Amino acid sequence: MTVPDLSDEDMYRPSARRIERERHKRTRARRATAIATISTVVTAAVLFLVVTGSPGWPATKKAFFSAHYARMALPKVIDGLWLNIRLMVICGAIILVLGMLIAVTRTLRGPVFFPLRALATAYVDFFRGLPLIICLLMVVFGVPALRLQGVTVNPVILGGTALVLTYSAYVAEVFRAGIETVHPSQRAAARSLGLSGPQTMRFVVLPQAVRRVVPPLLNDLVSLQKDTGLVSIGGAVDAVHAADIIVGKYFNYTPYVVAGLVFVALTIPMTRFTDWITARMYRRQSQGGTV
Amino acid sequence: MTADANRPPVLRLESVRKTFGDSVVLRDVDLAVPAHTVTVLIGASGSGKSTLLRCANLLEEIDDGAIFLDGDEITDPRVDPDSVRRRIGVVFQAYNLFPHMTVLDNITLAPRRVHKTARKEAEERARELLARLGLKEKAAEYPDRLSGGQQQRVAIVRALAGQPKLLLLDEITAALDPELVGEVLNVVRDLKEQGMTMVIATHEMGFAREVADQVCFLDGGVVLERGTPKQVFGAPQQERTQQFLRRIVEAGRL
Ligand SMILES: Nc1ncnc2c1ncn2[C@@H]1O[C@H](COP(=O)(O)OP(=O)(O)OP(=O)(O)O)[C@@H](O)[C@H]1O
Ligand SMILES: [Mg+2]
Repeated sequence: MTVPDLSDEDMYRPSARRIERERHKRTRARRATAIATISTVVTAAVLFLVVTGSPGWPATKKAFFSAHYARMALPKVIDGLWLNIRLMVICGAIILVLGMLIAVTRTLRGPVFFPLRALATAYVDFFRGLPLIICLLMVVFGVPALRLQGVTVNPVILGGTALVLTYSAYVAEVFRAGIETVHPSQRAAARSLGLSGPQTMRFVVLPQAVRRVVPPLLNDLVSLQKDTGLVSIGGAVDAVHAADIIVGKYFNYTPYVVAGLVFVALTIPMTRFTDWITARMYRRQSQGGTV
Repeated sequence: MTADANRPPVLRLESVRKTFGDSVVLRDVDLAVPAHTVTVLIGASGSGKSTLLRCANLLEEIDDGAIFLDGDEITDPRVDPDSVRRRIGVVFQAYNLFPHMTVLDNITLAPRRVHKTARKEAEERARELLARLGLKEKAAEYPDRLSGGQQQRVAIVRALAGQPKLLLLDEITAALDPELVGEVLNVVRDLKEQGMTMVIATHEMGFAREVADQVCFLDGGVVLERGTPKQVFGAPQQERTQQFLRRIVEAGRL
């Protein structure tokens, strides 16, 4: 409809004005990049000089940045990290599902659902308020103490359970916030098309809600990834515990630095990936424009 | 047209081209809107009327060509778009009112934050405009609690509150009953009398005929036909225009 005559399109040639404009934009972009690069380099150089020039630097370097201990710790830390990754993936999946269920339960209307709603609310109130470390200690040490038949005493599984209990309360609230920001007109439109309440939730409300809360969800997942390190209190050998062992043996803190860097390295790709996903979603759905 | 000949048109588009990906929406649009006149854009749905208005307000970046406001090029990348937009009022096809603000706050936001008018003065003026559009009692209401037509009128008031030089109105009568169309028509006429320059996109041909100084028919990415309402509606030259108008007449909308 907008292009009635395609052959005409082949005849389009950018005008001198457009070429000049694009040249100007390129110049401006180049200048901005140059400024950014220079300021970054200067900042990094200053930081480097300040740190390495400080009086305690040689001692600090030996205690925290020793290449020897770094090489020794890295394989062990990486081995331990595998446990963190598994914990994070499995717990993360359970947390997302559980959190979503709790959130949806909390938004159910009508007196029939009152007990469910109350239960979900109580759960969130309790586990969101309970410090994670206490939850962990109680589950990891309390459950085995009960000596129940058939209940595991595996510290990894128990630690993971504690993480799930706490984190699904957080994640439920993130989902609920997302659900509540979907404009009521959307619900009205879906219901008037004949979709049932659950269908409206499933096809119209949740997809919009989830998209909106991807960044805070990711925040919680990254936080979870780090907190998987806490399962080491039950004796499981994860990346942090592996570092701990070496530190205890040689009184050198480099393994902690190595473990820290490995965790950081793990979260960065995940962040970039979700950034990319959300940007693509936005581009496809929105009107766009210059503002 | 009353504009004196030596003053530049308030808005002028020169060979404007706008594409979205592969689809060329505006191919080569030329348009001049003299001061104190009303230009009405007509054309099929999807012909690019809203896009043209968004380009004029720098909400879209054009691919080629140039747009001038009061003789100054605004599409130059060196121009500050905020200073351009301050001089232009827009009413969007979908109103775009801020749902978290009352009607009064919607209207006084820009006067207070952008034009630094005192709250009292801004609210006084807002109430005056609301009263003129028959919305006096709705000042404290939230947009979602208004009818479609009421929202539309609030959007008009909001656009007027910044005292722009140029008003871009996208389908401002779409949600109105005939009586209110007449009302808005009067408002547009009043505004014109007071020296406002307007560009209006509409499917309401009766409205177009009543209010326009210049009618432009958009088709295939160009202004295919332009002239006074009498020329365009009375004796269209282009076959596409004739076809378009015939359909409208058949639908009983002219
Ligand atoms: N952000 C966008 N991305 C891609 N295509 C777009 C975008 N905005 C508009 N279009 C396309 O540009 C064309 C013109 O749209 P526009 O909204 O300007 O039409 P219109 O003349 O205002 O129609 P209507 O009378 O129905 O309001 C349409 O084909 C539309 O699909
Ligand atoms: Mg439109």
